[in-house]
Formats: sequence, structure tokens, C-alpha cells
Amino acid sequence: MSNQAAAPTSPEKKEFWRWQENTWVDESRDWRDAKILTCGIDVGSVSSQAVLVADGELYGYNSMRTGNNSPDSARNALQGVMDKCGMALEDIHFVVGTGYGRVNVPFAHKAITEIACHARGANYMGGNQVRTILDMGGQDCKAIHCDERGKVTNFLMNDKCAAGTGRGMEVISDLMQIPIGELGPRSFDVREEPEAVSSICVVFAKSEALALLKAGYTKNMVIAAYCQAMAERVVSLLERIGVEEGFFITGGIAKNPGVVKRIEKLLGIQALDTQIDSQIAGALGAALFGHTLMMKQGAAKAA
Amino acid sequence: MIANYGYKDGSGEYYISIDTDQCIDCAAGRACLGACPKQMFEIITDDYDDEVACIKEANRRTLAFDCADCKPAAGHDSLPCTDACTPGAVRHSW
Repeated sequence: MSNQAAAPTSPEKKEFWRWQENTWVDESRDWRDAKILTCGIDVGSVSSQAVLVADGELYGYNSMRTGNNSPDSARNALQGVMDKCGMALEDIHFVVGTGYGRVNVPFAHKAITEIACHARGANYMGGNQVRTILDMGGQDCKAIHCDERGKVTNFLMNDKCAAGTGRGMEVISDLMQIPIGELGPRSFDVREEPEAVSSICVVFAKSEALALLKAGYTKNMVIAAYCQAMAERVVSLLERIGVEEGFFITGGIAKNPGVVKRIEKLLGIQALDTQIDSQIAGALGAALFGHTLMMKQGAAKAA
Repeated sequence: MIANYGYKDGSGEYYISIDTDQCIDCAAGRACLGACPKQMFEIITDDYDDEVACIKEANRRTLAFDCADCKPAAGHDSLPCTDACTPGAVRHSW
């Protein structure tokens, strides 16, 4: 007989930062009816998306976390959406890769920078009135101006510092032990708006957040302070190229109202709304570029 | 298109802007390529199939240090790259 007590085990670690991966297909259409089927693959530093465009219209997408190598992330993202609609790679006429891992998409016919693709995608999602785009990516931030066709006229990017990026928000989510999807709404549940955390660096912002908790701030106040800091950070980036009416936000942070509302307040303009997942803008733009290139090739063959 | 290469960090903003519309039909014979002592400029085909100058990827996050030798603190009155680009397509933010 054994009286030995079971060894203590640490509680299962929850991953609060883990955002919702999702797949969507337009059930009202059949891809087999499409004359031109193109695909955009955006392999970002944090997330990867595969978007299918049938005859120039969004048909389906898959958005998931980027793995430890770009080719597999691209394959997995595409497989997810192809499985959902019973498609094979051979059925797709043209594939465009974009994002950090764009040159490592083995089945891509062409690679295009994420700047051009986000502008094109935002033009589709927000309409041809979109002029200023803020892409808050996983580990970088981009401010883009485009014309009525979605062609880039001015851009700047900051990929040296993680402040104002999705990764920064993931760090705060884990620190506060609050699911990342709840951060935005909870940031408004404060009696008064706290000062923004003063550190722009994600590492120091984390230390500062801990210090604020020790000083008696509630979790919601710390989240509000961080959302405000993030908003101030990206607004300073936007102000460098100027903000025109027709403002659109892409990337995962566009789903966080705590940051979006604060950006709108600082800029004094409202971001355009869309029913499409803001995270797929880059891959959608890539697929639309593919469609245009196919059309040009078709026109060239016909001539 | 105005392409801004560089970054912003805790110490300031360091961007080199290139007006690619002026760059496409370069009136200075791509003089920027030879003017930069660190050879940071290169010619690429951009997303719209235009041949334009850009800052090499390896230098985009280290501009504050890479350009330091050409700044007034190092005894220069003007920048070799902006001087070489006679159409005025190249500008520094700092």
C-alpha cells in the first residue's frame, strides 16, 4: 500500500494571446464556375493568410498563425481554404506571395511587397474612397497613401520596433491574463481615461504595466493606458505622411476597438468600416494583383 | 510614389525619402548609386514594374549610424546622395 501523495503539478498554462484562426468560403457561389481563379498568400511574421479570388471577387480565405518556416505556413494556410471548398492547387491559375515570407512561397508565380498588396486589398474592402491606410501588423506598422485605384502614392514602414504592433498587444494580453479579444472592450471599462504608458518599447512597456499594477491600477486601467500608448505611437507614424479622408485600418489590431477608437479620437476622423476580416487585406490584395496579371496575359494572348 | 525607407525609435526618426516618379526617368544618370560612400542605394523593379532607386534592405534599420559620416557633425555641409540627385528625388528626414 502506498501513501505517497501525488507530485504537485503546475496548472495548465493558458495562452491568452492566442487569437481566433478562421476559415471562410462564399457558399453562395461555386468556384468551378469561375473563369479565373487566383490566390494570394500573405506569410507574415505572426499570421499567415491564403485568399482565393474568383473572377476578381473574394471567394474564400484561411487565416492562421505562422509556423516556424514560411513554406509550410504558406502550404497550411492554402490547404485550409482548399479543403473547405474541395479545390486542388492545380485548379488555381495564378498565385501571388506577399508579406515577410513572400519569397519563400514555393508555389507562387510572383512575389509582391505587402505595401502594394495592402493598398490594393484596402481599396477592395473599403471602396475606392480609401486614401490613407494604417496596417498594424504582427511585428511592424505601415502607413500608406493610395489613389482611387489602390495604387500606392506614399508609404512608410516601421519594422525596427515592435511598439504599436500586434505582438505588443499579445504581450500585454498574456501579462494581464485576459484573452486578446477582450482587451479592446475592457479598455473602456474605466472610470477615467488613464495616461498612456510612457515607454514606447514593448519590453519596457511590459515593465511599466507591472509597475502600474503594483501601484494600484486595475487591469482595465493598464489595458487602457497601453491601448492609448499604442494609438499615440501609430498616429505619430501616420502624421509623418499625413492623413487624408478615406482612412482604413488593416491588420489584426483593426479588430481591437480599444486601439481603433483611440486612434480615431486622436486623428479626429473615423475609419471606414468593412464586413471583411481586416487581417486578410494583404493576401486579398495579392490575389487581386494575380487576377489583374491573368487578365493582362489573357489580353496579350488574344492580341 | 514617395517611398520612405528607415525607422523611428526612441532616439528619433530616420527616414530617407525617394520620390520614385522623378526616379523612373532619372535625369542624373543614377548618380546616387556612386555618391553614397556606404553604397546604400540600389536599383530595383518595383511592384508596378518601374525601375527605381531604393535603400538596400540591410541598411534600412541602421540609417542613423550608416549616414552619420555624411552629416554636419562629421564636417559635411551637404549630403553626397542629395547633392548627386539633381532632380531632388532623395531627401533625409533628419
